Amino acid sequence: MPDPMPVAEPGATALLDELGDAPPGWNFAYLDEATKRMIRRAILKAIAIPGHQVPFASREMPLPYGWGTGGIQVTAAILGRDDVLKVIDQGADDTTNAVNIRRFFERTAGVATTTLTTEATIIQTRHRVPETPLAAGQVMVYQVPIPEPLQKLEPRRPEARTLHALADYSLMHVKLYEDIVHHGHIATTYDYPVMVNERYLTAPSPIPKYDNPKLDRSPALHLFGAGREKRIYAIPPWTPVRSLDFEDFPFAVQRWPGACAHCGAEDSFLDEIVADDAGRRVFICSDTDHCAARRADAEGGAT
Amino acid sequence: MQADVAELDKTEPSNRPAPEAAVDRPRLAVHGLTRDHGAGRGCFDVSFDLWPGEVIAVVGESGSGKSTLLACLGGLGRPDRGQVLLDHAEHGGVDLHHVSERARRDLLRTTIGFVHQNPRDGLRMNVSAGANVGERLMALGWRHWGRIRAETSRWLARVELDAQRIDDRPSDWSGGMQQRLQIARSLVTAPRVLLLDEPTAGLDVSVQARLLDLLRTLVRDGRLAVVIVTHDLAVARLLADRTLVMQGGRVVEAGLTDQVLEDPQAAYTQLLVSAQLQA
Repeated sequence: MPDPMPVAEPGATALLDELGDAPPGWNFAYLDEATKRMIRRAILKAIAIPGHQVPFASREMPLPYGWGTGGIQVTAAILGRDDVLKVIDQGADDTTNAVNIRRFFERTAGVATTTLTTEATIIQTRHRVPETPLAAGQVMVYQVPIPEPLQKLEPRRPEARTLHALADYSLMHVKLYEDIVHHGHIATTYDYPVMVNERYLTAPSPIPKYDNPKLDRSPALHLFGAGREKRIYAIPPWTPVRSLDFEDFPFAVQRWPGACAHCGAEDSFLDEIVADDAGRRVFICSDTDHCAARRADAEGGAT
Repeated sequence: MQADVAELDKTEPSNRPAPEAAVDRPRLAVHGLTRDHGAGRGCFDVSFDLWPGEVIAVVGESGSGKSTLLACLGGLGRPDRGQVLLDHAEHGGVDLHHVSERARRDLLRTTIGFVHQNPRDGLRMNVSAGANVGERLMALGWRHWGRIRAETSRWLARVELDAQRIDDRPSDWSGGMQQRLQIARSLVTAPRVLLLDEPTAGLDVSVQARLLDLLRTLVRDGRLAVVIVTHDLAVARLLADRTLVMQGGRVVEAGLTDQVLEDPQAAYTQLLVSAQLQA
């Protein structure tokens, strides 16, 4: 699927084709075609209203809520035969969640998978945006636990929806105000609220705020699926995304007191890990693909 | 009356034209206001004008429709019939219940202050006092933390709260302090009308006296127009220029406070006045 937005309108023959090719026991990419069409409708609406949460009839998936049921359904709905899928979990390609979701689609759709950001056409992610800049035509699929940014501040759903309808978002600034009161700076570091297209307040799934600037006017399409909460929302390509802040406490991303122990990167999102029994701590890149590419480059340059 | 008030101005309070410009119009004009809860409950056919700098007390026993009336005035409840015309700084008379939801919310934040009987209804108990007051400023578009904080401190001082306690949660405070915080929160956006629902209920006598004193000062300084609901005739006598006496949802007597309380005409008012404990 070179086209970022599949507009599959499966007629009877197309459907039969697809069924003919699919691995035995499953429809192509697990979900049945009627479900995929329902999800695609929600996705199209979400793209038409950037940042707005569109309800959809989330299905039971063969994994528990919280493991990426929303993301999987979005991926299944947009996946085509020619797609190359990459799945990351906290930036890493080799963690449980990523490995299993990748294998799930290898088995049920038979699509090619990769760990290279540049080769992927669809990247399903749990809480990171790759360090390698995204390109036009790529689709990011996020697994979202809590799609409603106002949920903790305004637990009443109808009232929260009214606040969205009226673009009445001063509540969110109350939270940021409190952050400064208690910590002297805006201490929210992940799921940092953004205004999408200067209209809808949106929770950028729990990606670290380090990744927020990557969403702003990104050439890629960003789709967010929340399976338990039954919501889909989107940030279409080139959409302005602004992180909320105060004039005297402007938005800033995290910085680390070191560089990656593997590749020496100072400009990527770093994880702090305990390296030995003496409690020595090192930082390593959270994005394994980015780190590996940098190391390969360094070795290539040395020889 | 109102033309298009969908785009109510979000200027900072200090930039607004002086309210004295509109002294010839009532701040609040209430015509035939009716809210029927059924079974004779609610308020029926209430009309009055509230002028700048004036304080009107609404007295009556429990269940007489006082709070229903106030909720309709404050946009919290919707009347079945009748009008509440609010004198907006730029738009003149605006019918609170016939504007868009967005305009109504803006009006409630900028033009009306509402002090609830129970501070829990009017405050966010899980955020700091400063955030409670600052929320209304942020809703007006203030986005400078330092300036929000400075304005908030100024208002805490005006309602005689210790500005050192700006970061405390109001849940840790006494009832009197919570009530004063509610007043600061209501007044920080310089509203034109302040509505108070039994603000002194549940406070001990000395705290009550200080709160009343504070209210009187704020009214005299700010040329605020106030409706205060109370069942305490002493509060009405101390604060109010005029008094409405309500019984069974209807206004049974209205007039200058001293006149109503010294020379009650309606049978119910006579009962109410004579039922006062003499100190």
